Amino acid sequence: MQTVLFPLLIPLLFIVLTLFAWNAPRLQRMLSLFGSSALLLAALSLLAQVQTGEIAVTQIGNWPAPYGITLVADLFSAIMLTITGVVAVLVAIYSLEGIDENRVAHGFYPLFFALLMGVCGAFLTGDIFNLYVWFEVMLMASFVLMALGGERAQLEGAIKYVILNLTSSALFLSATGILYSVAGTLNMADLSIRLPEVNSPGLVTTIAMLYLVAFGIKAAIFPLFFWLPASYHTPPVAVTALFSGLLTKVGVYSLVRVFTLLFLTDVAFTHTVLLVLGGFTMVVGVLGAAAQYDMRRLLSFHIVSQIGYLLMGLGLYSRAGLASTIFFMAHVIAAKAALFLVAGIIRRVSGSFDLRRVGGLYRDQPWLAILFLIPALSLAGLPPLSGFFGKLALVRAGLAQGQYAIVAVSLAVSLLTLFSMTKIWMEAFWKPIPEKSPSQNREAGYKFSLVFPALAMGLISVVLGVLAQPVYGLADQAAGVLMQPALYAAAVLGGLR
Amino acid sequence: MTLLLAIVIGVLFTVGLYMMMRRSLTKVLIGLMLLGQAINLLIFTTGRLQRAKPPLIPLGAEQISQSADPLPQALILTAIVISFGVTAFALVLARQTYTVLGTNDMNELRDTDIIPKYHPESVPEEEEGL
Repeated sequence: MQTVLFPLLIPLLFIVLTLFAWNAPRLQRMLSLFGSSALLLAALSLLAQVQTGEIAVTQIGNWPAPYGITLVADLFSAIMLTITGVVAVLVAIYSLEGIDENRVAHGFYPLFFALLMGVCGAFLTGDIFNLYVWFEVMLMASFVLMALGGERAQLEGAIKYVILNLTSSALFLSATGILYSVAGTLNMADLSIRLPEVNSPGLVTTIAMLYLVAFGIKAAIFPLFFWLPASYHTPPVAVTALFSGLLTKVGVYSLVRVFTLLFLTDVAFTHTVLLVLGGFTMVVGVLGAAAQYDMRRLLSFHIVSQIGYLLMGLGLYSRAGLASTIFFMAHVIAAKAALFLVAGIIRRVSGSFDLRRVGGLYRDQPWLAILFLIPALSLAGLPPLSGFFGKLALVRAGLAQGQYAIVAVSLAVSLLTLFSMTKIWMEAFWKPIPEKSPSQNREAGYKFSLVFPALAMGLISVVLGVLAQPVYGLADQAAGVLMQPALYAAAVLGGLR
Repeated sequence: MTLLLAIVIGVLFTVGLYMMMRRSLTKVLIGLMLLGQAINLLIFTTGRLQRAKPPLIPLGAEQISQSADPLPQALILTAIVISFGVTAFALVLARQTYTVLGTNDMNELRDTDIIPKYHPESVPEEEEGL
């Protein structure tokens, strides 16, 4: 059984099925539930398989590595796939109500599965050019998802998003071309063996920096993040939640992959750059959020800020650092998606995303308030929620490495995050309803398909906090594999025997 | 030959990046296309140039020597196909944006940034979509 293939085949199958059901929107909605659940199951079975320490490898077309394209699933990939599956299921449920008929009629669901296929492909591939191809699959789907609906703001956001992401792809491709000329291979396992032998370390570091910029644009790190708050708030909330959960995280995943597998010739330089950029990303993101009144824009800036924490663990480059990055990834995807979904419900209930036009929700909708409060406090890092343990692990990893500056920055940014969440709380829930408030629609907040995904994401955050020990153990095990590139190389190139 | 191509690549990158910094959306897209061509040439050149040496095994021989590397060409082919699709989409998007927003000037595309809708001072009257 080639379990590695299923996370790619299932979305592909459902692209085809939903295309066949083009004229039957209800059928498409049902299919999306089945498809995303099947993806989650496939990811879980892969996780169970590689959890034993095995690295699952499939050589496409039976061409032995490094000549063919290799699909590799180590524990880190499997964890990312599982998170993707969870986000896919919950967004599919939310989309039942959250995506209008018009968008479904114009192909929302085929694009949804195309995006998932691109994301899963990026997590699984063991070939750096193939990674570029999966990035393009994912980007094409996301371009159309962002513009689908054709509202003014959407088109404007899509233009900015498309141009900056194409620039990033251009850099990615040129870096790959130069990498091939230097190392003569594109298979990542093979590269990890050959790159240390290249006798021009300066050139390798240059390539590493090109990749940093290319993936940095996708991951929205400082100073390359400007496209994100300019575009992420324009599509429907379900799409934004999907993007915030998956797209930037693919950028971070790629950074982790190349900076733990390939570019280890000058760790003192490259990983310090990562650490510094991580610090700036945290600070700039959270300060940008402070000025915002549109909930979606405010949360978009927080995506940027949280990316900084993910970079911090990578920049520390220790087993503990990487483990905390992986744990934090699971936490931040759940918390962020939950917040976006709650913002969508607030919009439905009170008619606006603008914090100055909504109010009094705590009195009217106490349950909605709790729904918001859990992920918000988790994002800020209050115990016993997942954010606390993620940050605790990062801080401990930072102290162990003696990087006190970044630890101080991360703690200060936590406080500012709390301030930002308090702002939403005060404005949307605590203050009385403003006079210029738009029409209210009190029942909209109680639709099961809207509330359940937000609740489930919030509960995941709680569970990750309560079960922090075993989850961190899993992340630590994944980090252990990442810290030994030789294991990865042996698993992939073992086919040469 | 390599030197000549290196200069061409440099010029294409320069022109592409210059065009991308123009205000007109169409010129930005032209810049992106030029950038794509520059990168294709870059891959082609860094794959080591060989003249009239096809990567084929002659009849009866066991292996090839002194041949062109087929991989960069395969990469370029893939990149061309991808950039074709992406460019087609970007052009349609640009056209649709021009039709809906009535402007082609990047400097006027500010509604999703700070001016004027999201300025802290301005409270929007009506909102679109969900």
